[in-house]
Amino acid sequence: MANFLARRFFSSVISVIGATLAIFTLIQFHSDPRELFVPDSGWGISQEQWDKLGERLGLNEPLWKQYTTWIGRTLRGDLGISLARDRAVVDLIKGKIGATIQLAVGGWIFAVLLGVPMGVLAAVKRGTFWDYFARSLAIVGQAAPPFVTALVAIWIFAVILGWFPAGGRSPDFNWKEYVLPCMALGWGAAAALMRLTRSSMLEVLDSEYIRLARAKGVGWNWVIYKHALRNALIAPVTSALLVFSGWLNGALVVEIVFAWPGIGYDALFRAVNDNDFPLLLGTVFIFILIYLVFATLADIAYTLIDPRVRISGTKA
Amino acid sequence: MATSDAPTEYERVDTATLDSPMRPVEVKRSILGTMWYIMRKYPVLPGTVLVILVIASIIGPSVAPYQRDIGPVGDRHLGVFRYSELPAEKQDAPRYSLWPAGFHLLGSDHIGRDVFTRVLHGARISMQVVLVSLVLGMFIGVSLGVVSGYYGGIIDEVITRIVDIWYAMPFLMVALIVVLIFGRGLTVLLFVLALISWTAFVRVIRAQIMVLKQLDYISAARVNGASDFRIMFKHLVPGILNTAIVVGTLSTSGLILAESVLSFVGAGIQPPTPAWGVMTNEGRDYLTIAPHQVLVPSTAIFLVVVSLNFLGDWLRDRLDPILRQID
Repeated sequence: MANFLARRFFSSVISVIGATLAIFTLIQFHSDPRELFVPDSGWGISQEQWDKLGERLGLNEPLWKQYTTWIGRTLRGDLGISLARDRAVVDLIKGKIGATIQLAVGGWIFAVLLGVPMGVLAAVKRGTFWDYFARSLAIVGQAAPPFVTALVAIWIFAVILGWFPAGGRSPDFNWKEYVLPCMALGWGAAAALMRLTRSSMLEVLDSEYIRLARAKGVGWNWVIYKHALRNALIAPVTSALLVFSGWLNGALVVEIVFAWPGIGYDALFRAVNDNDFPLLLGTVFIFILIYLVFATLADIAYTLIDPRVRISGTKA
Repeated sequence: MATSDAPTEYERVDTATLDSPMRPVEVKRSILGTMWYIMRKYPVLPGTVLVILVIASIIGPSVAPYQRDIGPVGDRHLGVFRYSELPAEKQDAPRYSLWPAGFHLLGSDHIGRDVFTRVLHGARISMQVVLVSLVLGMFIGVSLGVVSGYYGGIIDEVITRIVDIWYAMPFLMVALIVVLIFGRGLTVLLFVLALISWTAFVRVIRAQIMVLKQLDYISAARVNGASDFRIMFKHLVPGILNTAIVVGTLSTSGLILAESVLSFVGAGIQPPTPAWGVMTNEGRDYLTIAPHQVLVPSTAIFLVVVSLNFLGDWLRDRLDPILRQID
């Protein structure tokens, strides 16, 4: 296990460096970030000020030096100052990430509560109405892009039925505002979880030890919940962890549709538009960090739940 | 629960008449049963949708009843199956006389343009974008997969590592950054989508090449003095072509989704060009008064993606059953 963790840590570091380096290089192709400070009207900016700005932002250094400086500061927990908003990037991200995490947790609960029971039901009642119902739900969930799910949800629940607000997030907690965004976010994941639970449940139900239990006279319900479910849940549990990190993608679209002030919309989207490179690098860094942490957690969970699994690289 | 104990239904066969135990059981079906059987065995409905899509993308823009980007503003937000309410001289005239004057099959949008016309144009845009980026991504992915699997060692390690890093990047983030740095445009969008699609090929094809290259015919080719390049692209690539086609079909739906998401966010196709994602985005402000403006393009995306998923699964089971275990 220690060996695995060490390898995992090493490759994660490489991934983080590779990804941030890629973004860092890409940003260089864009216009000079100093242009952000040039006023739209008037005389523009003098050469002297231009050079001074470059010095302050560290743009006069060679590229490799800029990058290593950035890495060094990041390791000390300082992601620099946002250019467009003149605030520490760490503070900006801290302020926005809460809304995204709330959204992701809500969507995750929705996905797990819908996906796993539906998958079990579909497998246990294979070939019946419930199976087809669950599978059609899964097909709908996998084929609809997040913005379609979001807009259809708004149309049905906000416009026609008027049960929930169509978007926004007020400072005081109001559970109604969470329902539609979480549904829209969790829908695709629910479909994936359902498919996964169904297929792994079917596989387990077909195995010898289930047949043995049945042959011994164990009741069907007991077999399902005591013997089959525990083994069948291994794959869904690990994938449910990964789903979380995958939402860095979907969350942006859902945040845009619902005007949700999260990190995707308010930090990433605007950083790209403003050419605010410290904020952009910081957000990318945080995103990749979250992904890697969850990927590692999923692998660890996998070995903890299922002792049969041996991670490649560890000696059995 | 008793249902699961129920015995499986077997066809009733008179064993005495069987000349061999291996003889297939003949099943008698009604006409409806036959239709159902064919629908389950072959992807009839998805195939129909995709054929319609292909036809629409080829001839759609030329047979579309109205103009693509201009419409009479007075006709805005007409519902589905509605006639124009403007006096005849102010209406947008249909491009040919067979079309009933002022009739909007799928309604009109917020500036009076015909939604049906725009959906037809959108079909061509989707097809163009996806085909080009898929071929591009397939070319990159297959080449890298073949090279990586064939040479092994340090080359393999580097390529696999790049693919791993690529998986860790949220695609929308990469796409946004690339699009906004290099500018919004069709070429950049194609490039971004190709960047998204190539990784799916590398892993699967690399694994297959590693098996294939052990086979005797490759050794024979090498003994005969074939160069590495010749072995890879003359002898190995034909062996993985089925897999490449299956992976390609399976990733087409992902590409259509990606294209629509990017267009929706404003980083893909730019208005007034009617990509389906753009149309959905334009319509979302009018959800209360004209829901069809969102629902029509959304349904188009949805139907095409569902059909592609079905077709991909079917092709996979047909051409390459082993891939099933990877999925």
